[in-house]
Amino acid sequence: MRGFGINFTTRSPSRNHLSAHFILGNSSITHVSTAAPTLPPKRVITTKPRFSDKVFRAVVTTGGFSSLVILGLISLFLLYNGLNVFKSEGLKFITGFDWIVPQPDAGVPAQYGIGAMLWGTIVIGLIALFFGFPISVGAALFLSYYAPEWLKKPMVLVIDVMAAIPSIVFGLWGYFILMPHAEYWAKIIHKYLGFIPIFDMPAPVFTRSPFIAGLVLAIMIIPIITSITREIFAQTPLDRIQAAYALGATKWSMIKAVVIPYGRGGVIGGAMLGLGRAIGETVAVYTVLNIVFDIRIEVLLSAGGSVASMIVNKFGEANPDELKALMASGFVLFLVTLLINFLANFIINRTARES
Amino acid sequence: MSTATIPRPTKPWGLSFRQSIPDLVGAVATLLISFAIVGYSPLKGKLGFVATLLIVSIFVSAMISGVRRDRKAALNSISTVMIYVAGLFVILPLVSILYEIGRRGITGLSWGIFTTDMAVTSSDAPLDEGGLLHAVVGTLYIVLIATVFSVPIGILTSLYLTEIKGRAAGTIRFFVQAMSGIPSIVAGLFIYAVWMIALGNQYSAFAGAMALAILMIPTVARTSEEVLKLIPSDLREAGLALGGTQWRTVAMIILPAAQSGLITAVILGIARVAGETAPLLLTMGGADALNLNPFNGNSSAIPFYVWKNFSLGTENAVARAWTGVLVLMLIVLFFFSLTRFLANRKGRV
Amino acid sequence: MSSIQGVEKMTQDNPVHSLASVAAANSKAEQQKRIPGTGIEARKIHAWFGDKHVIDDVSIDFYPGTVTALIGPSGCGKSTFIRILNRMHEFIPTAAMAGEVLLEGKDIYEPGTDVTKIRLGIGMVFQKPNPFPSMTIKENVLSGLRLAQLKVSNQEELLESCLVRSGLWSEVKDRLNEYGGALSGGQQQRLCIARSLAVNPQVLLMDEPCSALDPGSTLRIEETIRELSSSMTIIIVTHNMQQAARVSDRTGFFLSDGGPGRLIECSSTTEIFSTPKDKRTEDYVTGRFG
Repeated sequence: MRGFGINFTTRSPSRNHLSAHFILGNSSITHVSTAAPTLPPKRVITTKPRFSDKVFRAVVTTGGFSSLVILGLISLFLLYNGLNVFKSEGLKFITGFDWIVPQPDAGVPAQYGIGAMLWGTIVIGLIALFFGFPISVGAALFLSYYAPEWLKKPMVLVIDVMAAIPSIVFGLWGYFILMPHAEYWAKIIHKYLGFIPIFDMPAPVFTRSPFIAGLVLAIMIIPIITSITREIFAQTPLDRIQAAYALGATKWSMIKAVVIPYGRGGVIGGAMLGLGRAIGETVAVYTVLNIVFDIRIEVLLSAGGSVASMIVNKFGEANPDELKALMASGFVLFLVTLLINFLANFIINRTARES
Repeated sequence: MSTATIPRPTKPWGLSFRQSIPDLVGAVATLLISFAIVGYSPLKGKLGFVATLLIVSIFVSAMISGVRRDRKAALNSISTVMIYVAGLFVILPLVSILYEIGRRGITGLSWGIFTTDMAVTSSDAPLDEGGLLHAVVGTLYIVLIATVFSVPIGILTSLYLTEIKGRAAGTIRFFVQAMSGIPSIVAGLFIYAVWMIALGNQYSAFAGAMALAILMIPTVARTSEEVLKLIPSDLREAGLALGGTQWRTVAMIILPAAQSGLITAVILGIARVAGETAPLLLTMGGADALNLNPFNGNSSAIPFYVWKNFSLGTENAVARAWTGVLVLMLIVLFFFSLTRFLANRKGRV
Repeated sequence: MSSIQGVEKMTQDNPVHSLASVAAANSKAEQQKRIPGTGIEARKIHAWFGDKHVIDDVSIDFYPGTVTALIGPSGCGKSTFIRILNRMHEFIPTAAMAGEVLLEGKDIYEPGTDVTKIRLGIGMVFQKPNPFPSMTIKENVLSGLRLAQLKVSNQEELLESCLVRSGLWSEVKDRLNEYGGALSGGQQQRLCIARSLAVNPQVLLMDEPCSALDPGSTLRIEETIRELSSSMTIIIVTHNMQQAARVSDRTGFFLSDGGPGRLIECSSTTEIFSTPKDKRTEDYVTGRFG
């Protein structure tokens, strides 16, 4: 039991009792004790917590463990429901590109593979980070070190409001307002940078592409990353900043020398958390992305998908068998996001220890 | 000596007009160059102009600083411009979103929509028929129920991590972090699997609320933990040194001191889930009629309403979707401002 | 000129030997007999953080009605020591201790003791003033009562008496319903002292209470300490030797040679500063190190 009442097991008396064996020449005098005292054993410190405190601890501990319980239940249920699919498909579930609903009458066996969707998930996540991360960090720097006082509060308010905007709003806005503009930019990128494979297009259909989905997601994750980054920057010790200025640094060199190294781990962690959010996003992606089960590297093309949007796409008409496959997909998505979160925390902790 | 005057305060570190001239010249030059580029190149439209303006101003300001002082200053200028741009980029989407929502949503807005549902009206019908009462009620139900479940659990979790600090604290913190990454659709699938497949229940608002609670708990827990960690430990020590029991110290000193932060944690949680769509699609059923019973029966919520209309795609349906978005935003902003107002009034840290 | 200002002048005029004369000018009769069973006594105290031995065999008897100063260079365990006296040391997860602390003759580490009760009898004032931010001045002073669920017949009277004893009453009597954060550093610290007094402790521990304050506030708090000492036992950890000389009746000198902190010498303040028995003490108080 830790915290308020500490129980230590009584240690055996320490071995500090010194006896010196003097060896003089050929004779030896044994056992001359020096005056070094024995260290007393550590006391067992107990306290009788009042009843109210015992209740308090019990209640708080139960609440604390609930998140573990919930997480465990989620893994359990999804895995249980999807187990058959995993067993029959094996690794092909993750690598296969085909999603065929079984039609027993026509003799078509089930085949479920989310490989294309996993690929799409990663691609749009990376696009989102590519656009969102620099803007977030820049905005955080702006707020912390460049913005005039009167602008700070309104701007923080703006960011908080943006974080509150529901994803379906982004979905609609992305589809009706951003997409036409993004289409225009996609056309230009294709025109001038089309020699790069990812910007190449087998067919000139620019709407509802991973590129646009990535853009929408970028805007969605900006508030998260900006807020976290801003908090990290706010913790930069002022005396280091002033020391840099005192040495004649410009604002940018100060930022490069002090703020960024100090906050690096936290910022990267924040970025990964934003990535995690992007990967799990369903509706905003669904509206602006055309779901096609194929792996492509041409991000400007109107084809792609993410695991989350696929699940929503197929849920409405899924029979029980397909439902199990959807559960299995959910489980995979769950694992992927867990992995990213784990990595994010690992990086943050490691850099925190080093700094 | 006794009549020595106090000199007038000045700010000798500001830029005099003379010194600002190169900057003004640079600004004008930037505009001219950008116009020239846009005129002669395939880049068109407002966006094209803005992009060009950006790039040119980076170059121009870098050059001015570089010539005036040194390379370090040039880098500084470049970064300054880019950082200002980043700040702008963060504000632009919001402005655009709010403007468009207002513009497109207002057409369907009328007092009537708050008193009727879509039970007898088709989504494609003219906008003066039908309404979203069922959706509004549904949203309020699910947010309330989700808050009731998630706030106690979230705050208790954060208290465990900051007050009791048991051996499991590290593990629990890790799991809470993991939980915050759960995609909303996974939460929906889980509730579907448990509540509806395993326990055999029907679609309901309650099921939707449970899914939302799962998404809310980690936000509340993590934000509260951060807030509680900020409370200086000598407040806790002072309380205990005065002879207070642990729970009294927490209840009377620490929680009040953290008050505004905890309220923020709850707001963030609500904001996170109020507009969630995906889990609702799996658990609520998407009714068109008003359902006053949150525990049983097909229900709808505003995001669901928007989704249905958007999916239909006709002109009137899309207009309805935008109106739904407008109403949703108004509700979210209302909660948002309300709790901010409360937090500022009550506690001080 | 108050006695403290006189002392200040003496210190300025006569740096080397003045500490001794300062101590002499302020000492109480050390013939004060210890009333058995009152006051607080530390016997053979050891402390560990994990495996690190930080306090080695310290025994001090703190007489009631006196002020004892604990001096010594930083890092020799003085703050840890006083935290052992009111059972705050155990909050640190790796902490361990050995020895006994007798309050009114009873060991406070006895298994089965109600710790919260002990802490009512031993108050603590911290280095950085920490009034509770969510409470007004009045609520702060009376917070101890609420925390320990103590019933008091006349709260207003207690409020005024605590604030008078800590020397803050005249400055805040018109703004008792303002928040504690609005006060200056010195006033906040006196508020914390008043807060500790409200639960009527027999012992008051002070961990460098003036180190974060300006000299003016420091002197005022030292006056407060002198006045309070008649009714309780005060133990003050301080880095400032002049402060120890001004304020205390007895002084204990702690020192660590890289290992655990030890009590080198503890006797009346006059003796410590004029005729210390140990050479290390003499070196420290004459400023040769530390």
